Amino acid sequence: MLRWIVWRDLMLAWRRRSDMLSTVFFFVIVVSLFPLGIGPETQLLRTIAPGVVWVAALLASMLSLGRLFANDYQDGTLEQLLLTPQPLFLVVIGKTLAHWIVAEVPLVLIAPLVGLQFNLDPDTLLILFASLLLGTPVLSLIGSVGAALTLGLRGGGVLISILVLPLYIPALIFGAGAVEASIMGTSPAAHLYLLGAFAIVSSLFSPWATAAALRISLE
Amino acid sequence: MRGDRRLFSGLDLAVSPGTFVQLTGPNGSGKTSLLRILCGLLPPAEGAVIWEGANIRSLGEEYFTAVTYLGHRHGIKDELSAVENLRISNALNGVEISQERARTVLDQMGLAGRELLPARLLSEGQRRRVALARLLVCNTKLWLLDEVLTSLDKGAVALVRSLIEKHLTAGGIAIVATHQELELSSGLTKRLELTT
Repeated sequence: MLRWIVWRDLMLAWRRRSDMLSTVFFFVIVVSLFPLGIGPETQLLRTIAPGVVWVAALLASMLSLGRLFANDYQDGTLEQLLLTPQPLFLVVIGKTLAHWIVAEVPLVLIAPLVGLQFNLDPDTLLILFASLLLGTPVLSLIGSVGAALTLGLRGGGVLISILVLPLYIPALIFGAGAVEASIMGTSPAAHLYLLGAFAIVSSLFSPWATAAALRISLE
Repeated sequence: MRGDRRLFSGLDLAVSPGTFVQLTGPNGSGKTSLLRILCGLLPPAEGAVIWEGANIRSLGEEYFTAVTYLGHRHGIKDELSAVENLRISNALNGVEISQERARTVLDQMGLAGRELLPARLLSEGQRRRVALARLLVCNTKLWLLDEVLTSLDKGAVALVRSLIEKHLTAGGIAIVATHQELELSSGLTKRLELTT
């Protein structure tokens, strides 16, 4: 059952590739603006790199979250998903997984490349990659709660940001912290463990919260 | 209750297998709300919906194995073809069908040759037919159909009528909100008129 939902959402995303690409381009452009604006001050660039890349990833995921449920809501398929004879949280897990694959994985893959602009060494780029790999599921999971809560509201896009961005702060701190530690030459392990723990906790709770929010939004 | 307004009260309806309930009433009288309450999307402000002796609130997902609800929004994905739409919506409801079966069913709905087009290229009536094709595949007992006859031509209306008749003879229940009169040749027909 889960695979049908994931397959459905992946196919829909493939048919609307432009949406997916716009998120990736947004991420690349925002990250690239900083080296261009600051100029070739390598030390400063290295210092700000973790924060810049992570904040850009948070903002880029904001762009795609609005679409997570909104399209299904408009054409009535979300109603049908709510009426399927399987627990709603499974549907939510499937859709969130598909969102992560479509909207977040491309960012994770391209992050080491854009990180090069900040004069980061290969080890640090690897840590950047790892921190995003652990942290982006959190963005999809927590974001899905916000997307479900703001479903069908006017100006939902802004509201999602206000609701969800504060909840991203722990992921931002530990994610950027891991990269920073690597730049300083210390071990990033502690940060990554905490990030992983945060990912596990949010995967346990947010599907249920999203399912409850969807039921309320569709009343 | 929608907003502050009480749409209907004192509604007591018992439906036995093989019954067709035609729900009529002017716009805004609560036909859609009633159907949404019956399918469990909307909790009633007071009272309960009882299915085979149990409140649907406590039945949860189990209830959804017995119900097919078609709303006036089609529930059709524009990016997917008719075959994909049909196969996915059925698979999510626990009925996996093959590509060939999906094609035969869509042929029966008069969509031969259009099965592989993206649904956004289909006309309103054709999209409605894709949504209705689910009725041919599902094995649910209770059908809740909300304004499904709008934008359908005469042939399709006759098709829906025969579908419902077949469903009733098999012991099913159909509750249909509609403005058009739907005369069935067989089965027990109840009319429920909501007023504003």
